[in-house]
Amino acid sequence: MTQRGPFLFLVLLLVAIGVGSATFRHINFNIPFLPGTQETVWQIEAKINFWGDGEPVQAILSLPSNQGDYRIVNENTVSSGYGFVIEESDGQRRARWSKRAVTGEQTLYYKVELVADSNPLRGSEPEPAVASVRLDEPYATAAQAIVNAVVPRSADALTLAQQLIREMTVVPHDQNVALLLDRFALPDLFSDLLALSNVPARRVEALILEEGRRRQSLVELVQVWQDGEWHLFNPLTGLIADTSDLLLWQTDTPSVLDVIGGKRSRISFAIISQTRPSLSLATSGAQGMDAPSLSLYSLPVEEQNMFKLIMLLPIGALVVVVLRTLVGLKTSGTFMPVLIALAFLQTQLIPGVISFIAVVVVGLFIRSYLSTLNLLLVARIATLVIVVVAIMSIVSVMSYRLGLEAGLTITFFPMIILAWTIERMSILWEEDGPKEVLVQGSGSLFVAVTAFLVMDQPLTRHLAFNFPELHLVVLAVILLLGRYTGYRLLELRRFSTMMGSD
Amino acid sequence: MWANPITLWRKGILGMNCRNVAYIGRYNPRARYPLVDDKLLTKTVVRKAGVTAPELLLVIRTQNEIEHIEQVLAKFTQFVIKPARGSGGKGILVIVGHDGDKLVKSSGSQLSLADLKRHLSNIISGLYSLGGRTDVAFVEALVTTDSTFEHISYEGVPDIRLIVFKGYPVMGMLRLATKESDGKANLHQGAVGVGLDIATGRSIAAVQFNRPIHRHPDTGHRLSNIEVPHWRQLLSLAARCYEVTRLGYLGADIVLDVTRGPLLLELNARPGLTIQVANDRGLLPRLRHVESLDELQHFTVDERVDYSIEHFAHSIGALQPSLWDAEDVVDAATSD
Repeated sequence: MTQRGPFLFLVLLLVAIGVGSATFRHINFNIPFLPGTQETVWQIEAKINFWGDGEPVQAILSLPSNQGDYRIVNENTVSSGYGFVIEESDGQRRARWSKRAVTGEQTLYYKVELVADSNPLRGSEPEPAVASVRLDEPYATAAQAIVNAVVPRSADALTLAQQLIREMTVVPHDQNVALLLDRFALPDLFSDLLALSNVPARRVEALILEEGRRRQSLVELVQVWQDGEWHLFNPLTGLIADTSDLLLWQTDTPSVLDVIGGKRSRISFAIISQTRPSLSLATSGAQGMDAPSLSLYSLPVEEQNMFKLIMLLPIGALVVVVLRTLVGLKTSGTFMPVLIALAFLQTQLIPGVISFIAVVVVGLFIRSYLSTLNLLLVARIATLVIVVVAIMSIVSVMSYRLGLEAGLTITFFPMIILAWTIERMSILWEEDGPKEVLVQGSGSLFVAVTAFLVMDQPLTRHLAFNFPELHLVVLAVILLLGRYTGYRLLELRRFSTMMGSD
Repeated sequence: MWANPITLWRKGILGMNCRNVAYIGRYNPRARYPLVDDKLLTKTVVRKAGVTAPELLLVIRTQNEIEHIEQVLAKFTQFVIKPARGSGGKGILVIVGHDGDKLVKSSGSQLSLADLKRHLSNIISGLYSLGGRTDVAFVEALVTTDSTFEHISYEGVPDIRLIVFKGYPVMGMLRLATKESDGKANLHQGAVGVGLDIATGRSIAAVQFNRPIHRHPDTGHRLSNIEVPHWRQLLSLAARCYEVTRLGYLGADIVLDVTRGPLLLELNARPGLTIQVANDRGLLPRLRHVESLDELQHFTVDERVDYSIEHFAHSIGALQPSLWDAEDVVDAATSD
């Protein structure tokens, strides 16, 4: 036996690792703690059209990346016959389609699924440099004049931006503004003027997320830097306070779409939203990019389903430990009830209990005949296994004929375990009488049903499979129970006669 | 109907979990279990230490030997068949005589030779052994019970269970077979347990199925005035078993033969807790007392027996632990 200190340390360590890892995965991979949590998914489809005339074509599309409010959970492309690659440079992701000889109208699709990020990671970006602007005369003078007029009326970058927008949108236009607007587009002018005023700013293209919209195009916006973060401005209306329905598609690159070798290229966006379970989002992400490669999700689906059952086994074991050490129930075979409970998970409770009792009772009858045959133990158990198989097939066929589908699930019971249970019960009957059989039989059944009820909770199933690390906590509890020296519940009854004399 | 756990604790009642963790787990080294789990091995080992036991008549190790067992058994009229690794008295068959081809069990019911062979075959197949391992059957001489118990026990042989802790006998109980227990002295099968004063061997209280009783349910004999003879000899026999096995928390089952005196039947590394009910005393104060003793204080068996007689007499009620002691016990049980 070890000292109490290291033992408690081990227990606490297990709890800490289990809870810590689960919390970490909850936060970082958005695996929900509760089953059935739903999230809104925005599905955006970018459709690219262009004409080719026999030349090799490259289409380069800027792609959105994970940002403040949105997180990408899935993305794919439809583009038959095209080579496709996603590349990244200067923090901007780009999709590049390529094909040798292209003739006629071409359509390429890029689909991305995004979810609103409940706890966005706002990285601290370094302060960006002010873009250098070179304007020809007379525009340079005009721009400088506007800046000189506006800067004194502002306090910081944001108020400056506000004032610039007012200056540019007020009707009638100031003559400097009119001159410049004649030459430059409003967003370009806006960002240039900000640059001239020594304020870091950049042009961005954004998509307004609205349910069920088709043929949308990107909106040109400007971001202004202040106090360590970007603030979004619409050059026409001013500061955009609520950016929750805006998806920044690209930042600070010449154009969203570049088609080399094709002509009449167009891009349009379609947007739909839908709700989906958070879990499927987290797991579909897990097969993709930033997932923990050592997770159960990386297994094939069939094996995953197997593990959904296997991962419940420790919970059943915990139930057995609790009922035996804290309550003091007797069962026939220590962990036999857990295996029976596992079978109940597949048969459902009532049909499971009925068929379990049926098989054991019929088995006991046949076993009582076997005991007159004077067989060796191994042969006797083997006979019982065959008897159990026979009972199962008969029950299955009969219930199918009667139209009781539930009877077919009887095959989920572990046959060897059933055979041994019958053997043990039979010996118990001969040795200790039917009363003890009833005590241990109902004890086993009670433990099995309790284990089933605990394991069948949606929450238990969810946590056991999606947070396998929580089994370390189960382990810690079992270790603690292993050192429990207090009375068992049933001992309070057993020793109740000793209370009287004092 | 239900006991208050705090009161139980104050009275020093040892619970199953506490027994397993703080006593069996701590004082019984796993490596020494085979010594007591195999009764045949126990018999051979204790004999060397001068512990008397029922005479070993026959050992049956293979199924082949069962074939002609009647020829070998013919020379014995009364005998007991036991599985070497049986637990809880399972698989023990007591034969008290012949009736033609049939054998007569202690209960009076008859047993055919085929039944006997099947029983032996079951034993060797491991039906009664822990984990179903293949086992060995052995046959030993039937003990002729001391006349003291003649009218008390329903049938079968009464035996005396002594709890020996670190070599000190701390609590004792007489176990009487009943109709319900089928001649077996096993409490959970319905045998009567009579608590015995460690100092004198006199009966204190009696229980059946954990309930106090005053008379034997079958014989009607009063259970309050029993005095076990050869008591001191019995205590030292049990205490000596500690020397052989080095199991700190030990249950010794002893029978009193009319001619040979106390004989060791078997040892148990996980003795039950009902003995406390039969004695109307908790084990914890006495265990705690022994734990507080210096290891080398009582070196010989006799010294330890003397110490037990002096300190663990039933009349000594002062050994009930105060709340203080109870906390110390908690501490001792959980640490180390």
